[in-house]
Amino acid sequence: MKLTVWTYEGPPHVGAMRVATGMKGLHYVLHAPQGDTYADLLFTMIERRDHRPPVTYTTFQARDLGSDTANLFKTSLEEAYERFKPEALIVGASCTAELIQDDPGGMSETMNIPVPVIPLELPSYQRKENFGADETFFQIVRTLARPMERTRQITCNLIGPTALGFRHRDDITEVTALLSDMGISVNVVAPMTASPSDIRRIGAAHFNVLMYPETAESAARWMERELDQPWTKTVPIGVGATRDFVKEVAQITGVDPWLDESRLRLPWYSKSVDSTYLTGKRVFLFGDGTHVAAAARVARDEMGFEVVGLGCYNRETARQIRTLAKDYGVTALITDDYLEVERTIEALQPEMILGTQMERHIGKRLGIPCAVISAPVHVQDFPARYSPQMGIEGANVLFDTWVHPLVMGLEEHLLHMFRDDFEFHDAAGPSHHGGHAPKPEARGGPAPQAAPAPRDISRQKNEGSGVEVIWLDDAERELRKIPFFVRGKARRNTEAFASARGVAEISVDTLYEAKAHYAR
Amino acid sequence: MNDLPRLPVTGGCRDEPILKQRGQREVFCGLTGIIWLHRKMQDAFFLVIGSRTCAHLLQSAAGVMIFAEPRFGTAILEETDLAGLADAQAELDKVVDQLLARRTDIKQLFLVGSCPSEVIKLDLSRAAERMTEKYAPSVRVLNFSGSGIETTFTQGEDACLASMVPVLPETTERQLLLVGALPDVVEEQAVSLLTQMGIGPVRVLPAPRADSDLGIGENTVFALTQPFLGDTHAALERRGAHHLAAPFPFGEEGTTAWLREIADEFGVDAETFDRVTAAPRARARKAIAQASESLRDKTVFFFPDSQLEIPLARFLTRECGMQAVEVGAPFIHKGIVGPDLDMLAQGPTLSEGQDVDLQLDRCRSARPDLTVCGLGLANPLEAEGLATKWAIELVFTPVHFYEQAGDLAGLFSRPVRRKDLLRVEAAE
Repeated sequence: MKLTVWTYEGPPHVGAMRVATGMKGLHYVLHAPQGDTYADLLFTMIERRDHRPPVTYTTFQARDLGSDTANLFKTSLEEAYERFKPEALIVGASCTAELIQDDPGGMSETMNIPVPVIPLELPSYQRKENFGADETFFQIVRTLARPMERTRQITCNLIGPTALGFRHRDDITEVTALLSDMGISVNVVAPMTASPSDIRRIGAAHFNVLMYPETAESAARWMERELDQPWTKTVPIGVGATRDFVKEVAQITGVDPWLDESRLRLPWYSKSVDSTYLTGKRVFLFGDGTHVAAAARVARDEMGFEVVGLGCYNRETARQIRTLAKDYGVTALITDDYLEVERTIEALQPEMILGTQMERHIGKRLGIPCAVISAPVHVQDFPARYSPQMGIEGANVLFDTWVHPLVMGLEEHLLHMFRDDFEFHDAAGPSHHGGHAPKPEARGGPAPQAAPAPRDISRQKNEGSGVEVIWLDDAERELRKIPFFVRGKARRNTEAFASARGVAEISVDTLYEAKAHYAR
Repeated sequence: MNDLPRLPVTGGCRDEPILKQRGQREVFCGLTGIIWLHRKMQDAFFLVIGSRTCAHLLQSAAGVMIFAEPRFGTAILEETDLAGLADAQAELDKVVDQLLARRTDIKQLFLVGSCPSEVIKLDLSRAAERMTEKYAPSVRVLNFSGSGIETTFTQGEDACLASMVPVLPETTERQLLLVGALPDVVEEQAVSLLTQMGIGPVRVLPAPRADSDLGIGENTVFALTQPFLGDTHAALERRGAHHLAAPFPFGEEGTTAWLREIADEFGVDAETFDRVTAAPRARARKAIAQASESLRDKTVFFFPDSQLEIPLARFLTRECGMQAVEVGAPFIHKGIVGPDLDMLAQGPTLSEGQDVDLQLDRCRSARPDLTVCGLGLANPLEAEGLATKWAIELVFTPVHFYEQAGDLAGLFSRPVRRKDLLRVEAAE
């Protein structure tokens, strides 16, 4: 039993629903109790879908348990087939139905449904949403795809996009255009947009572009083995990764690498002097492994941030993220415990969080700006405008999205210069954020005494002698004059500085000595 | 002023046949109630013993995570818990220890059963008894089921309140008890109206804190403020309390009838009643008239959701001039919604339970001007050109009594007005 407040991933059958809802002509019959239909609203509300997800739930109740839930499943399957006439069906159980062991897969085999019925085994008490999506897509591909003659021109499949995915809709457009510039057209996009008959012709492509390993890596590996289709290992998020992706595609296909960079603005925007203030901003990254890995590279190499911590919630990518963390000289946080993520952020005191909607809430509480880089999704992650993460436009979007929550260059200076000004005070926050600015605590930032034990993460040292330090009144007053968005860093650095030198009391001098020590 | 509601000349719906179909039900389970109950009871924690699905439902139904550390959580069952039950009780003890050590502000802990915990027959009442002894007197531990196999949406609140009734202390005091979790502002309005009539003491269930002086006994009379409290109603009657059956306090007419029933019980004279209610009644009428302009002669179709459907259909047809096509409710308890059924003119199909696909077929062929339905159906129906009102807002928004009557009409008229307002065709 594990105490959970918030979850990053839903149960595996929600992953299966993401596949089914993204596809066309497929129907999911889910053995599940009344109430599990809540999952429909994820798609109709968060993603604003204009159709119900193609899911029939058996919605059994207590009174059915004594009698015949198995028969209820059979009736539901028959009626769903008759009403929706799908090209193929997937069948499975949610967590409760798994316990009553009716075996939807076995039952459906005996029923002579005239289209393929694909049984899903999704262990609800062990695995989670991403596994559910990956496994479902894999089973669909395994059942329907066969080796076949290749298209005459070079084509690929885009695999991984699902319903309720983080910017999947726009990434498809961006990657399709990028490949088209190289003379490569797309054979099938799946699961999103594909029908079962599209899956049957997936083997005609020359290779696969694995857009999201979380949801389609098992299928990619199977297709490599059975259909002889290589797959791309680079996820084209960020400038460097997009260029690498183009090279990788060129290598797989033998075509000339070509990337139209005429619309690419990130490198210049990042070089332009206004961006100087981004230098060394301490950022913490958290999300699914794929997006975190991509964002870490962009943060360090393309924005000039300092990555002070990173992690992921899906343990399927734990190994990759641990290796990556080593490269960045930080410890990886692999957890799906929201409170642990919050504790880590509190201890690290980053100047910015690149995370999920959950970290956005942590940031709001702690007064740390946050940009969202990964699922789990929120209605805000489905903007009306074109807003991909991948490719050239994706890179531009990343620059804008990540800079937006920050206080801007000149404004930062004004805040320093006129820190007691009635308009440029802490509570005013970044001027472009209207009423949603973070509200620092009344006394101007967390009281220094209440600080978590300083846990040093900066690269040059750890002197930590672990001495408890206290703040003298004048130093505390001085600390409060520092603008709120750098105050956390100043406090942490000063305490670490003092503690390393065995200084028990922080005076104004200690504060400025620490400032000089950390000056870069 | 004539206080008694006029009944429909053609007769009410109490004895009308009810359409009952069996198929997919598109409803929330009772766990959803935790979202508002934990805000109402400020020293309570709701611990669901369930699966990842339960945890996911709670955060999805809450829309966004509004609270940094909410007073609800899920003890997620894992493979090891399913293997042996003795284990599960010990595991639960461990989780609760951990939780209470962390949250010393908690005075009431609800162990909430879910579909998986019921299927594996995890005995939460035994656990609650054991823990009550262990943590007495600082924390009271109760249990109820919010599982989808037992409860629908608002029945979770019913199960929760019903679990509190047996442990309330005995009292012989003559008192009025208002039952149902209402937003504070609404609750205060109700208490104020009743106090002005000289009725008292007035107490409420659930009380905001565990250490309130709420007792119960045979001199207690109670009025329900929500129509979904059937089990709580039964539990209160078992304790000797007496129920005042009345239409529910939605709209000017419903509020007046509800207050009248209580006033009669407490011997309030007509003059006092009029003096207290005249001004808010006039305000409510005016507000409803303004807000319901766009609803007149429009048709409305209710999918089953919160059990508020019958009282709301009564309000919309009688006070806003709408015509009901179908009134679907997850469960119809005539002992509770009987007075509302009496006032609802015959005509609409009454349905209980659901086969959602068949009901959608009926809705599409009726093409009502307004469809009241859950979040899973609203956007798909809008895309088919039907104006919808999400039912969940009706339990999350202050809608009871006189001062909110206009807002209640407004909740329904906004989608209708919006449909007329927009001059933009969907992109093809």
